[in-house]
Amino acid sequence: MKRTLASLALAAGMAVALPVHAQVEIQWWHSMSGQLGEWLGGLAKGFNDSQKEFKVVPVFKGTYPESFAAAIAAFRAGNAPHILQVFEVGTASMMASKGAIVPVDQVMKTAGLKFDASIYVPAVSGYYTAPNGQMLSLPFNSSTTVLHYNKDAFRAAGLDPENPPKTWPELVRAAASLKATGHKCPFTTSWQSWTQLESFSAWHDVEFATRGNGLTGLDTRLAVTTPLHVRHIENLANMAKQGLFVYKGRNNSADATFVSGECAMVTGSSALYGAVQRNAKFQGGIGTLPHYPDVPGSPQNTVIGGASLWAMSGKKPEEYKGVAAFYRYLSDPQVQAKSHQETGYLPITMAAFKLTEDSGFYKQFPGTDVSVTQMVRKTTDKSRGIRLGNFVQIRTIIDEELELVWAGRKSAQEGLEAIKKRGDVELEKFEKANKS
Amino acid sequence: MVIEKRVLFKSGWLPWVLVAPQLAIVGVFFFWPAGQALLQSVLREDAFGTRSEFVGLENFAALFADETYLASFRTTAVFSASVAAIGLTVSLLLAVMADRVVRFSTAYKTLLVWPYAVAPAVAGVLWLFMFAPSIGVVSYALRAMGINWNHLLDGDHAMLLIVLAAVWKQISYNFLFFLAGLQSIPKSLVEAAAIDGAGPWRRFWTVQLPLLAPTSFFLLVINVVYAFFDTFAIVDAATSGGPGKETAILVYKAYFDGFKAMDLGSSAAQSVILMAIVIGLTVIQFRYVERRVNY
Repeated sequence: MKRTLASLALAAGMAVALPVHAQVEIQWWHSMSGQLGEWLGGLAKGFNDSQKEFKVVPVFKGTYPESFAAAIAAFRAGNAPHILQVFEVGTASMMASKGAIVPVDQVMKTAGLKFDASIYVPAVSGYYTAPNGQMLSLPFNSSTTVLHYNKDAFRAAGLDPENPPKTWPELVRAAASLKATGHKCPFTTSWQSWTQLESFSAWHDVEFATRGNGLTGLDTRLAVTTPLHVRHIENLANMAKQGLFVYKGRNNSADATFVSGECAMVTGSSALYGAVQRNAKFQGGIGTLPHYPDVPGSPQNTVIGGASLWAMSGKKPEEYKGVAAFYRYLSDPQVQAKSHQETGYLPITMAAFKLTEDSGFYKQFPGTDVSVTQMVRKTTDKSRGIRLGNFVQIRTIIDEELELVWAGRKSAQEGLEAIKKRGDVELEKFEKANKS
Repeated sequence: MVIEKRVLFKSGWLPWVLVAPQLAIVGVFFFWPAGQALLQSVLREDAFGTRSEFVGLENFAALFADETYLASFRTTAVFSASVAAIGLTVSLLLAVMADRVVRFSTAYKTLLVWPYAVAPAVAGVLWLFMFAPSIGVVSYALRAMGINWNHLLDGDHAMLLIVLAAVWKQISYNFLFFLAGLQSIPKSLVEAAAIDGAGPWRRFWTVQLPLLAPTSFFLLVINVVYAFFDTFAIVDAATSGGPGKETAILVYKAYFDGFKAMDLGSSAAQSVILMAIVIGLTVIQFRYVERRVNY
């Protein structure tokens, strides 16, 4: 007994005294909970098992805005994490904070690893690339806007369940048929700014904001008062009046009403796929985001949502080596393809897309390729992505004004003009705060 | 022999040492954060604070140029007045009832105190569930009565929802103080009034209510401060300020801009404005309302 204790003490002493194989810890703050949290934990474990030098420690820090706020507070106090997962609307703030972050290629260079930005899907990587062509963060979980529809409800209304509406006029007709057969909520939408204005603009190859939607300069201003935007919002307002479109709240609160079967169609994130497969008591289908067929150049491509990984500044060189090794692991086609198939997020590299296609996954699960084909296209200056400062406030302004339009208190024109006026104030403020 | 009427400290430093702990607490927990807010309100920073610039009163000017901000003063006034008025009336009613209950009064009182233990955000979510347009219990009942409840698009419905949640949350606190106040009124006064022939209603108006004045005044101040500062979590959980800006009270916007939108300068400027309003309101209450209170 004594000897065991002694040897244990000795072993413990050695472990403390001889940290030859001490691992370098990499703190990773994220916002993935539930099923997605398990997926993320699996990625960290996969990396930690693949080598001995580094250990990635994922820490759940609440929702996207919460972890963002926590990281800012931690940075100001001098103990930021190594890697931070930031949602797409926080991208402009991160990019403007030059002293707070380390660009991806610099991280890779310090570790002596090669970095090739061209392996990423252009519509994804373009979003995280600065005007000078430098990619600043690593794309991680990206989704895009699609139309989810309830095949059972379509059947009951005498609509073709394998042929979802591809255009807005078709969608209005489908909604009318659903309503005629007694459906209380034919159509609703999640993330109304993202689906009905941001992705809508890129899909029709028109600008949502000037200066290439903010990608090329901070002096960008909103461009949502065009006849096309007014026409679309007016169309939705009319649908709301007739009970064809039922507003179900901000952010993704409409998702639950689709999964529960209350609403028959919803425009929202492609990442809703997983929840429909698991929880819905009906057969779900995925269609492309509807468009107006008479608009030249449409459909172009949709824009991404989701998040990317940012390396924070002020860490030790060997820690950046660990970050680089982890980044390389995450960009591996096998790892990427597995993530894509498991979560419904987009494949981030072209190789992962090919791998998934060759495996027959899209044939086996029809609809899962819709989001990908919407994204894997050559983008234009108007459709590459939308990156605005103070985007959190601007999205809230859009929510507020659109609610007044849906309630019939403002016309589409008035609502969009108010969005432009109030949104531009936020853009100006951001421009002033971040001019270098 | 001269009788010393006042106790005087001979030493110059001892009084300071004795009040130092108190001063330190007030300094750390009140003056320091308030000073920070004042400082932030005249700065413009990026999210991470890597660049900071003095901008004078620009943050304030931007706020007052925003007509939606001005509109939220009205929203806040409606909300705070409703919360204080309804909250005080209902809890006074409950306290008077509880005061008259003889059997099971402890159980009754305990149950009424429970809501105070519920966090504001949870209170917001609870009421949100009950009033959820398509699945909520209350909205279902309302629909049966022919009222199409939809706080997602109807501003009045949304306002009613957050007022109810905020009042419900505060009733317990008010109730406790009213009950204690009622129980400290000497029974002989009420009995004397009863012998003189005054009914319960008359006894309440002419004997109990005037004697409750100090309690009512204290609760008025507390409730107004509560409605101004402590309710952002309820708004955040129940309506997020919507529809439009119909329920975006001042403190909710300060919270949103500071903690969600990371615009510390504007948020600090809003806090300073809120601070000024509440100081002003408290001064008014003590100057004009307190005069009519008999202790």
